[in-house]
Amino acid sequence: MELLAFGKTGWGDELFYATLMTIAVSITAMLVGFFFALIFTPLKLSKYKTLNLFGNFYTTVIRGVPELLVIYLFFFGGSGAIMYVASIFGYYEYIEINAFITGSMAIGIISGAYSTEVFRGAIQSIDKGQFEAAKVLGINKFGQFYKIILPQMLRLAIPNLSNVWQITLKDTSLISVTGLVEIMRQSYIAAGSTRDPLFFYSFAAVLYLLLTYVSMKLINKLEVKYSRGY
Amino acid sequence: MDFDLMITSFPKLLGATVVTLKLLSASLFFGLFLGLFFAILRLNKNIFINKFAYGYSYIFRGTPLLVQIFIIYFGLGQIEYLRTTFLWVILKEPYWCAIIAFTLNTGAYTSEILRSAFQTIKPGIIEAGKSLGISNKIIFYKIQIPIAIRQSLPAYGNEIILMMKGTSLASTVTLMDLTGVAKYIISTTFKPIEVFIVAGGIYLFMTFIIHNVIKYLEKKYSFQQ
Repeated sequence: MELLAFGKTGWGDELFYATLMTIAVSITAMLVGFFFALIFTPLKLSKYKTLNLFGNFYTTVIRGVPELLVIYLFFFGGSGAIMYVASIFGYYEYIEINAFITGSMAIGIISGAYSTEVFRGAIQSIDKGQFEAAKVLGINKFGQFYKIILPQMLRLAIPNLSNVWQITLKDTSLISVTGLVEIMRQSYIAAGSTRDPLFFYSFAAVLYLLLTYVSMKLINKLEVKYSRGY
Repeated sequence: MDFDLMITSFPKLLGATVVTLKLLSASLFFGLFLGLFFAILRLNKNIFINKFAYGYSYIFRGTPLLVQIFIIYFGLGQIEYLRTTFLWVILKEPYWCAIIAFTLNTGAYTSEILRSAFQTIKPGIIEAGKSLGISNKIIFYKIQIPIAIRQSLPAYGNEIILMMKGTSLASTVTLMDLTGVAKYIISTTFKPIEVFIVAGGIYLFMTFIIHNVIKYLEKKYSFQQ
């Protein structure tokens, strides 16, 4: 137990901050994912074949390629790409991107592909009559989406989004390969310096279980809230 | 774009794909039996057996695969007693550690898929079997299992693809699978995009094949309406 003490003697406070980092990366990645879903869901639902192609390309590639490979692409390619853009503007110094940004971008793009599929499914399962009724009532496109489609869609999407959240939360463990100090990386450091990997990795597993358990409970509440009237 | 690098790295990556496929097929093979075993335990009426099976699937689905591999590869070696048993022959090899971790992980997901498939079988079908005087054992093997397999094909297809992506984590325990070799080439040449295109293309090709095989099987085993 003294291994988990707070302060200089134990790893308690380090692991606590690492857990906060995991939560921060997960939330950022989820939001980045929503941003991508916001762009690609309309593309996938569009009437135009070329736009469909773009949408499908994104979701197929990201969901068919291992997360770790995407993270390596961002880790090794991220600063190169930024430096290339900077060199166009005449800036040739070395630019290093923060591991937090690289990590949440990489996980965000992965999570976005799953979110896109969830939103597409939710919108498609809304009755066609709802769209038509909104049109007949003369509500403009903006109002149609925000006042009529979105509230109904969220109810359908929340159970599946909770799955996406779980996947995202677990995927953040992979960012440890880039050196960002989240639960997995901190456990690796602690295991290395105390030579007690069994304890620290098991403790990391417990922390992840705790995170998934608590978030499940919170999401269930949200689900009840959005299902009022059903 | 460095096309020369793409061409020269292709055979290396293709060679590493064999490792990925070996890991995938071994863990799917063992995982299917483990999943079936735990799915049957889940259907058991004894609350302790039931809870045990639920706990197994909850723990392995609630933690990242990376943690599971690290516990098995780095953690278990710490137990002095294990080092003296014959298990150490297996546990000192990263290859077998990866397969054990993948098997336990896919077993948990498979047990959930099979359990829900068993539960969606209409009771009337089992009752019909009983009233025809078929023994419980034959009802299970000849009626429930074939229906459950058909029901769980789409979800199991997804699980195969997820597991294929999961095998990339073997590279974190020094195995040179497709992702491991890709990372090695990236870190020696600093050309991530080219290598990503080739390695990602191989992964996508495998996804494509798995997807279509499952689609074919679904059609083949669909009920005659």
